[in-house]
Amino acid sequence: MHAPTAPIAPVPSGSSFRHGFAATFRLEIAEAFRARWFAIYAAVFFVLVGLLLVFGLTESRVLGFTGLSRTLVTYIQLTMAIVPIFILITTVRSLAGDREAGVFEYVLGLPVGIGAWYFGRFFGRYVLAASPVIAALGAAVVYGVVRGVSVPWVELGFDVGLLMAMIFVFVGLGFLISALTRSVDTAQTIAFLVWLALVLALDLVLLGALIRGRLAIEGVVAIAMLNPLQVFRTGSMLLFDPQLVLLGPTAFTVFDIFGRVGFMIWAFAYPIVLGTASALGGWLIFRRGDLP
Amino acid sequence: MISLKGVAKNFGSARILDAIDLEIPAGQRIALIGSNGAGKTTLFRCLLGEYVHEGRVTIEGRDPRRDRTEVLRLVGFVPQIAPRLEMPVGALMRYVADVAAARIDDIGVLAERMGLDVDAIARRPFVRLSGGMKQKLLIALALGRPTRLLILDEPAANLDPAARASLFDLLAERPQATMIISSHRIDEIAALVNRVVELERGRIVLDDTVADAGALGSTFAVSLETSRAEPSFARAAGDWGLVAEGMRWTGTIAGPDRLRFLGFVARHAGLVGALSMVDRARDGDDEPAATRGSEGADHVLHPAP
Repeated sequence: MHAPTAPIAPVPSGSSFRHGFAATFRLEIAEAFRARWFAIYAAVFFVLVGLLLVFGLTESRVLGFTGLSRTLVTYIQLTMAIVPIFILITTVRSLAGDREAGVFEYVLGLPVGIGAWYFGRFFGRYVLAASPVIAALGAAVVYGVVRGVSVPWVELGFDVGLLMAMIFVFVGLGFLISALTRSVDTAQTIAFLVWLALVLALDLVLLGALIRGRLAIEGVVAIAMLNPLQVFRTGSMLLFDPQLVLLGPTAFTVFDIFGRVGFMIWAFAYPIVLGTASALGGWLIFRRGDLP
Repeated sequence: MISLKGVAKNFGSARILDAIDLEIPAGQRIALIGSNGAGKTTLFRCLLGEYVHEGRVTIEGRDPRRDRTEVLRLVGFVPQIAPRLEMPVGALMRYVADVAAARIDDIGVLAERMGLDVDAIARRPFVRLSGGMKQKLLIALALGRPTRLLILDEPAANLDPAARASLFDLLAERPQATMIISSHRIDEIAALVNRVVELERGRIVLDDTVADAGALGSTFAVSLETSRAEPSFARAAGDWGLVAEGMRWTGTIAGPDRLRFLGFVARHAGLVGALSMVDRARDGDDEPAATRGSEGADHVLHPAP
């Protein structure tokens, strides 16, 4: 055992951040494997994929999509409905709940930097949120390969990237909301309202606003392209439906503004920038105030 | 070691700490006492760099907020209320060892000395442990790493007498460590400290030194006799580690626990016929003095005829 007067080794700041970050990241993962929310979250996606494969993996053509392509399109659209609200609620519940339960007081009384702890948790939570979604998709692909169905690899890679970008945004927003609030109830309410606002700003609702003449088309498109849900939705369709036929006339505006490649870049870059800005904003707010 | 100058903290319009000035030299052991809401926990959080506050706090010349990793490596902290950590005990121990550059084996040894078998509970979520087990583990996590300052917020509140004795022994092994121990009651911790600071509504209302014979690490051989068998007394005496021979109970009590023990005896005053408590270090013998007469006994009580 250490003597009470044992000299304390100096702590180089670089290694301190790495140690704190890596330890917090591992802890976030270890804790989630025991948590019910993660088990339910993972189960939802694997069950979803299972059902889609059982009932959807046929060579029949629906809206131009066949086989695994159709399964992927359906999975991604369903994911868009489930992932954002699930991530927002579980993230803010976890962080705000930890603050209320005295976890911040104890853990932040240990020699771990605020940045190392915050970003260790952020990336741990990101991996936890992304892994079941991607793993279930991977299971679908393996199943398709075994069944001898052709796999649309390019589209698949693009959509996995879009999924990861969308998850990044919502983990970032969850951390920002958690930094802004001090109680679970408030954090959950704000998270729900953010999600609701984004859902209301999806193209179908905006289309309604457009028809009633309340908004100029440029305004509607700007709102849509700043809505990470809409960006994901449009981006995920782009490779399977290169002309965005499913979007109707709105596609012309999208292509006029961005071009096809430009929109693909936007579909990746915007969620990552927004997620990073949210996470950094949350960190700046968190480190400036009372921690527990 | 620690310097607080004009430290003040408000929550809304409530002033929780009000211009606290305090100098704590290295090696001093302080009892921080005060009623609920006096500001003890807020003061601890300022020391740990967790709260933004007015005034200035330094520990070994450093600001715990700005230089938190360097400062907190010097500090072992036991909170008043165990955090609701969902993680397994083993993961928590690894985490503390990782961030504090400590050895996990040292933490395990400390936990065993507190009466906690960490191998048996390594996979159990921390939150599922009993209150006493959580407290023992938190103490092991604070003392099982190289620290120079211990901040203990009601550290013995959930401990049984044996674990309390172990805690007192562990603290006695760190005579050069600076300690700040909070409690609602001075008698709980009087023997652990050499200075008492009392807070009331965020201000220091008492700052005094303590001279107490019941030093850390001392033990008392006790013997008492009861006039009749009483199950509730037998259970409580068993909790204190006393062994019965007929109506006579004998055992050993940690020095810092003797006031609490006398409180237990006082609650059963109607049963107790004779009591002796002998400081074993002073007496040099395990045999309670009352069985040999009153020589060497620190406390010998007999009922009035």
